[in-house]
Amino acid sequence: MSELHTIAFIVENKPGVLFNISNMFRKKNFNIHSISVGAIPNAEVVRITIVVQADARGVYQVVEQLDKMVDVVEVKRLDPMRIVRRELALVKLTTTDPMAREEALTCINDYHGLILNIDPDTLIAEVTGESDEIDAFLELVKPIGIIEFSRTGITALEKGRLRLERGEM
Amino acid sequence: MKSEGPRVGSTSRAGRWPRMVEMSGSKAFWKALEKEGVSHVFGLPGGSVIPLCDELLSFDLRFILARHEQGAAHMADGYARASGRVGVCLATSGPGATNLVTGIATANMDSSAVVAFTGQVNRAVIGSDAFQEVDIIGCSASVTKYNMQVRRASEIPVAVKAAFHIASTGRRGAVLVDLPKDITIDVEEMEFPEMVHFRGYKVEAKPDTRELEVAATLLAKAQRPVIVAGGGVINAGASRQLVALSEYLMAPTATTLMGKGAFPADHPLSLGMCGMHGTVAANNVVPEADVLLIVGARLSDRTTGAVKSFAPNAKVIHVDIDKTEVDKNVETRMRVVGDAGLALSGLLERVGALRPKAGKASIWHKKVEELRCATNGKNGNGAKEGYLRAPDVIKALRKALPRNAIVTTEVGQNQMWAALHYDAYEPRTFFTSGGLGTMGWGFPAAIGAKTARPDVPVVDIAGDGSFGMTENSMATSVEEGIPVVVVVLNNQMLGMVAQWQRLFYDHRYSAVKLRGNPDFIKLAEAYGAEGVKVETMQEFEAAVRRAIDSDVSTVIDVPIDPEENVYPIVPPGMGLKDALLEV
Repeated sequence: MSELHTIAFIVENKPGVLFNISNMFRKKNFNIHSISVGAIPNAEVVRITIVVQADARGVYQVVEQLDKMVDVVEVKRLDPMRIVRRELALVKLTTTDPMAREEALTCINDYHGLILNIDPDTLIAEVTGESDEIDAFLELVKPIGIIEFSRTGITALEKGRLRLERGEM
Repeated sequence: MKSEGPRVGSTSRAGRWPRMVEMSGSKAFWKALEKEGVSHVFGLPGGSVIPLCDELLSFDLRFILARHEQGAAHMADGYARASGRVGVCLATSGPGATNLVTGIATANMDSSAVVAFTGQVNRAVIGSDAFQEVDIIGCSASVTKYNMQVRRASEIPVAVKAAFHIASTGRRGAVLVDLPKDITIDVEEMEFPEMVHFRGYKVEAKPDTRELEVAATLLAKAQRPVIVAGGGVINAGASRQLVALSEYLMAPTATTLMGKGAFPADHPLSLGMCGMHGTVAANNVVPEADVLLIVGARLSDRTTGAVKSFAPNAKVIHVDIDKTEVDKNVETRMRVVGDAGLALSGLLERVGALRPKAGKASIWHKKVEELRCATNGKNGNGAKEGYLRAPDVIKALRKALPRNAIVTTEVGQNQMWAALHYDAYEPRTFFTSGGLGTMGWGFPAAIGAKTARPDVPVVDIAGDGSFGMTENSMATSVEEGIPVVVVVLNNQMLGMVAQWQRLFYDHRYSAVKLRGNPDFIKLAEAYGAEGVKVETMQEFEAAVRRAIDSDVSTVIDVPIDPEENVYPIVPPGMGLKDALLEV
């Protein structure tokens, strides 16, 4: 049965590694749903979180294949019950109409968002949450008028003392 | 060459070779290869590798000049398979690099340790579509175990060390190293490391003891154990351990195409090859197993036939150095991840403890014996007028060659006739492009194999279609004095496609007739090699005997009936037991 899986990696911070990883997903015919990447300072590694739609057997195989790759230091399919997941969205709304601005502020407040920039005609909000919360927020502010938005894709951490990298904490 | 004398770096210690020395990237390159014990490099130069070729003149390495980069890659592959070491090839940037790709893919798919070096345009113009620039890192990503572009001269020694380490450890494979021209000219301080370490590269050779124990328990209880051995057994050098376990369990043993030679074909427990063109014995015994031990095989569709009838009642144990192969195509009861040799001896030890008496022949073995005696397809019919029968030719070739002779094959009917009828007795004596099925592989691979093993005769069993693809390697063979024998099973057809069109497409031939074949005798002679056309089996046998003693390569042109099929054949999508013996 096909569903969304979250896979986290630690990989070498060098050119071409991201290409090789995405190439593996392509080879196995999986479409990457979202991807977020951030360097870990002083460690010459990058942490990547990928959300992919696949069946369980397929995802198991792709994780094994990725684990085999020379530049992949660690890779793990995260158990959805044992992680926290967050995504960040920046949303630019049109607020020429004062009523619209008022309504936008209420919506952003409801979602514990931040206002990052206000121009005479527009504002930019930052909202974080699970992907479905972001979806809901975008749906809510749609009537106000979205000029554009950008989402980071999911990033995730396991709860408790678990961590991706081997060795002691 | 001007003698510059190594300049001593800051970390040198008295009485030892200085660790840091200043030299050009090119010099560091060949020095690093020398340190890896490389004696032969197969390749073809071009603009981006002129500095490397120039520096080569001051090194004692033999450069074997190919006539097409694909040939160079196949030669390196043949060299690697015959020697058990790393095969090395070199090409220039752009088309030189892309021409290598088929060869690299072939080697990688068959787990052959090949390191390919490609020239690249200067760093400053990479990405500008410069003359003969191609993104070979992107091109080769899917067909290599690892690839890298070196960005500084001083990184060359580490890159070479890493390439050889990755290609030759764990599940072997192809590694490509891209060298921008300017870094081969730059002079920098060089350090030659003894070891390289990758955080993400784990080679787990030692099998897990729990996995071994469970697997041994299954084997000890088996009533009808069967073993299928693949190329992994040969790469691990584990044939002796395989025979020991097979004998202790009294387990009939089949091989895959890649596994030919892993188990002696004349051993009483040998079933021959299983798969689409497997023997009657192997294809009927493997699905009967109650415990099926797979060792070092990736179980491609060509080996299993329809997966559901491959081992329907068996508890499958899969031993492989590459954990991603386990459960990929066939569902297993127990996996043992690790080196085949360690796994097999670990299993024998534990089975011995669980079942102190070795297995004995039973009714099951009698049935197996009957199947072993069954013929593989029609045997009685004589050859049609003017043609020789391919199976007879291959069997006669086997008789004419010493036990340790090396055979390579091309791809298609010639390959399957060779696989079925050529008995391999020792590991590293039968090589074929099993995974990728690359026509044109066998001849350059034979030249590579002969380079590694000049002491034994090397024969390429070819078809006229395949031989036409890389026959220009003959120039290399003659020029470099590397004689091989090419047996062209000449049916004026792309035979395997023609066979499928006969069997599965209602005999409608489309794009398979090779009416424009050259005269292979004249072709051989034009290169300065020998050519002989044979019309009888006696002539063929005499030609082989003469050819293996000759100082130059010999092409033996054997007329084969264009209508002759390879039997048995398992029709696509069917189970191993559904093989057609004749139509």
